[in-house]
Amino acid sequence: MSAARTSIIRDGLAVGLATGTYGISFGAVSVAAGLSVLQTCALSLLVFTGASQFALVGVIASGGVPLSGALTALLLGSRNTLYGLRLAPLLDWHGIRRVGAAHLLIDESTAMSVNRDTTEDARTGFLSTGLAVFLFWNLATLGGALAGTALGDPRTYGLDAAVGGAFLALVWPRLGSTLNRVVALLAIALALGLVPVTTAGVPVLAAAAVAVLAGLLTGRRR
Amino acid sequence: MIWVAVVVAAAGCYLLKLAGLSVPPRVLQRPVVSRIADLLPVALLSALIGVQVLGSGQHLVLDARVVGLACAFVALVLRAPFIVVVFVAALSAALVRLL
Repeated sequence: MSAARTSIIRDGLAVGLATGTYGISFGAVSVAAGLSVLQTCALSLLVFTGASQFALVGVIASGGVPLSGALTALLLGSRNTLYGLRLAPLLDWHGIRRVGAAHLLIDESTAMSVNRDTTEDARTGFLSTGLAVFLFWNLATLGGALAGTALGDPRTYGLDAAVGGAFLALVWPRLGSTLNRVVALLAIALALGLVPVTTAGVPVLAAAAVAVLAGLLTGRRR
Repeated sequence: MIWVAVVVAAAGCYLLKLAGLSVPPRVLQRPVVSRIADLLPVALLSALIGVQVLGSGQHLVLDARVVGLACAFVALVLRAPFIVVVFVAALSAALVRLL
């Protein structure tokens, strides 16, 4: 194996280890929201895209019907579609390999493969990062869920406040531009305005309209 | 009902990933589509912050969670990693409740 390839794999493992640790907080937050350990682990194994998982349990924690949580998760998962569009020509996988690789298509595997010069390097970055994140994310989820169950009332440990902190940390890297900050503030205002007058789950879904409107309006100006 | 949501989210999120690797790029690569897709996480995650921190059923309340969020904000300004931010939010809210 070439030195370059070894170094790509090593970077992938490091990213996987770092990202996997979020899984501890996801596991703990998920059981605090009322999901079982099995349901929590199923989310990490089968949904395997962090922001969507946090959103699903967040909506359930706020009392929303689970399906509105799932819908929010899908809206957040749509960004993986765009990652796929960019990576498809570079990774150049077809048939059963593409079907398998799709499950590993997340923020981190995209970031570690999109800038490679060759298909082989891109595949190495994608697979090493994707598999490492998958392994550590699921182990950490199980650990966090078991720890969360053992703790008892989540409010005593501030786990309900941890959810808000997790969402803030997830959105933080996206708040660089003024447009994004305005969208963030409008989305919060709309959601809070809707809390008293709609059932839980609806305020978050309605905030998607802010993104759609902002996307349409800023396009027209150009 | 939670299991239904787990299955719907799992199937849907997987198909969204597979679609990206399979659909011809020109179908979705219009500027307006990628702009909206960029803004969707910002709007949804922000709305989730609001609802998580201030919502209580159909009411808005100010409690220890706000302190947790403020401390998380400070941790992010200080460039703390994700797990530390989450821990700081939980710890500060728990401490406020002890007082």
